[in-house]
Amino acid sequence: MSGPAAPTLGSQTVISSEIAAIAAGYQETEGEENQPRLDYPPYRSTVLRHPTHVPIEVDPEAIERSAPCFGDRDVDPLDADLTIGHPGEPIGERILVTGRVVDGDGRPVRGQLVEIWQANAAGRYVHRRDQHPAPLDPNFTGAGRCLTDQEGGYRFQTIKPGPYPWRNHHNAWRPAHIHFSVFGTCFTQRLVTQMYFPGDPLFAFDPIYQSVVDQRARDRLVATYDHDLTSHEWAIGYRWDIVLTGSRRTLPESEDAR
Amino acid sequence: MTLLATPGQTVGPFFHYGLPYEGDRDLVPPGSPGSVALRGQVFDGAGGGVQDALVEIWQTRPDGTVAHSPGSLRRDGWAFTGFGRASTGRDGQYAFSTLVPGPSEPGKAAFFAVTVFARGLLHRLFTRAYVPGDGAELAADPLLSSLPAERRQTLIAARGERGFVFDIHLQGARETVFLRFPGH
Repeated sequence: MSGPAAPTLGSQTVISSEIAAIAAGYQETEGEENQPRLDYPPYRSTVLRHPTHVPIEVDPEAIERSAPCFGDRDVDPLDADLTIGHPGEPIGERILVTGRVVDGDGRPVRGQLVEIWQANAAGRYVHRRDQHPAPLDPNFTGAGRCLTDQEGGYRFQTIKPGPYPWRNHHNAWRPAHIHFSVFGTCFTQRLVTQMYFPGDPLFAFDPIYQSVVDQRARDRLVATYDHDLTSHEWAIGYRWDIVLTGSRRTLPESEDAR
Repeated sequence: MTLLATPGQTVGPFFHYGLPYEGDRDLVPPGSPGSVALRGQVFDGAGGGVQDALVEIWQTRPDGTVAHSPGSLRRDGWAFTGFGRASTGRDGQYAFSTLVPGPSEPGKAAFFAVTVFARGLLHRLFTRAYVPGDGAELAADPLLSSLPAERRQTLIAARGERGFVFDIHLQGARETVFLRFPGH
């Protein structure tokens, strides 16, 4: 059974051909783009929401070279387990998601805040604007937090989220993903992104994932299955490291001379 | 060895149960001594309010020092952490209750460091909301003085009721100046 398309929604064929044209154009450049394109028309909502000016490069000031401080007062260790806090067990595939947050030189980002949110196993968010006719799970909310440890490590226990439909175009489905919000040691490293699962068949069709036009950069959004992390008769393990750049500072000569 | 950045992705439309928290936008209790409002609207390229945006600020104390106090997520009403987060309402409006940031060094211009996230925005945007004033600090600021007048104005908050107004235009004739930092 499939619902009727709203008249304004384009087809997957149209979206896919736009994605392919942009990808082909990128292949002809010899550059390496590490970030999504803000102007990415296949994701229709970007059309009026992307800046048209090139961002101005500035040296960060003192406040931008530091970052908000979070501590045990902010985060309860139980916040990292999304499967608890409800009367019963959530439905779905129990998973462990772990990794390290590091800077561009590989140094750990210690004691910093990692926040996640996600759909449930049926692909439904606990959100009034999610009208996907899939069941809510009374035992799953889908939001968690933790602080990174001395190695920059984070770890969550949760349920594997399901893919879900959205209204970018007809028959548009998001690959399963977990939203991540991460702070670095500098405010300039602030990052919000999405972690995907390996081998998702929806990757090719999804303009949000494809807005990162470089395949190697896209690969950095995908967790790896880790059998050593997988827990006997308990949970499947995924590993995903996060690299935050933008902490390097070019010192003015006058400061070098001091 | 230099590692390549993890790409950003949009915050999407469903962050409201993941990121906002009680007291997120009140760095100080509204109406407390010294408190000011920093408010504004996030607009898209057609002039419409962006109802699913998230604005974060990070700022110095009034004396220009940087706070290293935890507690932004569970505010105790006393510690000033310097960090706040506000999701926009139906018309794109956001509002913080905070203190006026001070310059990190005498003679420097003071500003709120700002990040913007939204559905339809594939990567976070950085900007600054400078504290308005008539002093020489704004004129001497390296970023502001490098910009043409009409663009410079997008970075300077206006004085408003009980504080400051800082509108953010993602696109259009009054597009806000957004920033990138070395290493990005």
